[in-house]
Amino acid sequence: MLHVSVSKRRGTFSLEATFTAPIPGVTALFGRSGSGKTTLINLIAGLLEPDAGEIRLGEEVLTDTLRGIAVAAERRRMGYVFQEARLFPHLTVEGNLRYGERRAAAAPPVIGFEEAVALLGLAPLLQRKPRQLSGGERQRVSLGRALLSRPRLLLLDEPFASLDAARREEVVPYLVALRDRLSIPMVYVSHDFDEVLRLATHVVLLDEGQVLAQGPVEEMSLDPQLQRIVGPELVGAVVEGVVTRLYPQEGSAELALGTGTLRVTLPDAPLGARVRLQLLARDVILATQPVQGLSVRNALASTVIAISDDEFGAVLVRLDVGGAVVLARITRAALHALNLQPGDAVWTLIKAVSTRGHAFRLAPG
Amino acid sequence: MNDFPSSAELDALYLSLDVALRSVAFTLPLAVLAAWVLTRVQFPGRLLLDAFVHLPMVLPPVAVGYTLLLLLGVRAPLGAWLHRHFGIALPFTTAGAALATAVMTFPLMVRAIRLSLENVDRGLEEAARTLGARAPDRFVSITLPLMLPGILAGAVTAFAAGLGEFGAVITFAANVPGVTRTLPLALYTAMQSPGGDALALRLAVLSFALGLLGLLASELLVRRVRRYLGR
Repeated sequence: MLHVSVSKRRGTFSLEATFTAPIPGVTALFGRSGSGKTTLINLIAGLLEPDAGEIRLGEEVLTDTLRGIAVAAERRRMGYVFQEARLFPHLTVEGNLRYGERRAAAAPPVIGFEEAVALLGLAPLLQRKPRQLSGGERQRVSLGRALLSRPRLLLLDEPFASLDAARREEVVPYLVALRDRLSIPMVYVSHDFDEVLRLATHVVLLDEGQVLAQGPVEEMSLDPQLQRIVGPELVGAVVEGVVTRLYPQEGSAELALGTGTLRVTLPDAPLGARVRLQLLARDVILATQPVQGLSVRNALASTVIAISDDEFGAVLVRLDVGGAVVLARITRAALHALNLQPGDAVWTLIKAVSTRGHAFRLAPG
Repeated sequence: MNDFPSSAELDALYLSLDVALRSVAFTLPLAVLAAWVLTRVQFPGRLLLDAFVHLPMVLPPVAVGYTLLLLLGVRAPLGAWLHRHFGIALPFTTAGAALATAVMTFPLMVRAIRLSLENVDRGLEEAARTLGARAPDRFVSITLPLMLPGILAGAVTAFAAGLGEFGAVITFAANVPGVTRTLPLALYTAMQSPGGDALALRLAVLSFALGLLGLLASELLVRRVRRYLGR
């Protein structure tokens, strides 16, 4: 476990955060710009000292202001992938990669040099200088460099923020592969919920220097405070299912979700794969009777758990769909027309294609 | 350039090169240290140290030479001590000429080095910290290489300026042919001597040529290093 409990004031900004990041795991520090995420990760790395507080990695105390303990950043053995890569311009890619490796002699390696180069596709780039690399390539080198320094924990500060969508798509799979192959714990700063969805197991929600909530991704996706931050368009329950059937021509698959099945757009997953997906509330339709002749492929029997106003004039309905919790966003008019009450049985309709881009394979186990 | 080098000219040339080279070689580490302290270290009186380092740039060179005599002349407090314990006497020696040149060109070096130090991205040093590099390691592996253009520019500028140092050298080290009579001193002496016009002219041309070469070399070197550093 990484225990963090710190407070720090910088000018008019004040950060006060207490959270735990389970290890192993990928913990996302999620929030808007300016919410204090980077300050927090710099405190964990030891690049900043808190005004007061404690940071512990397992049994080891890294920072304790009461006892005057402050382990220097260079001794914390935490890899850090910065937003701007920060590659050393006077060294080649290989020189950059080996920089941390050379200074980590006594520690157990996380990954071998050749393996890292292969995993991140860096072989053709080794003798180049950073200025000859694209943004995506630089971030991959930065990742490799951090991993080769034999870290106990990997810190990432919005590593894809400075990349355009195409570059991002280039790099994210590497990070996913790293997460799955190496099981190195990560603390990951992001303001993009899709990234969180793809990578994180745990979310710490930050806003204006305060931790609003923390918990597993699935649980947090139902949290109204998260919803307030991501906005109404991105509200949606995150659920986990197992692939039970494939439709390769269509590029879709059937997932076992709770006690029901869900047909989703998912081109690459094999049978038995665990899949995490977000069902956007705006794409969920409710029906009080079974419907015929609709293009929607998924009509799941469900029960209304609760109904609440979302902050944007519509209504969020929380549903029990065969054991999984799903959110639907409907208008007030619809609510009245259907006269929905908690406890009502309804059909939950989900378009298979609406899951495109929101379904991700999870590592086995 | 020079068609008929005489021993006087060659002496002056070699002496100038020797003195300027020594002056740069011995003060370069000190200049790096001074640049570091003035840029990265906070302490009361920093502004005063800054002014002190730059003093030779604004003082008359003769005054600087005279001050050196007051401190390091053989009968002066520090000079006498050096003479008694190490047998070192600086006035009238090439070493003395080098020292006077060094003092005069020190601020030039410090300025150039400071500029490049200020331009070193602290974020890179932070990255080095996260990779396990402690402070001295970071300085040698990251900061120093990135400061290299500034250090080189400072060194070459100081060297070129050192070739031309007159007032401080002649006041402190005197005008001993073959020992402290550098190019500018030789030129001055030739002008003062009857029939020395031709020599004076040749020495002047030589000085110009050296100055030009020095600047060109400096620029080319700095560009080379910049490319290596990826700028």
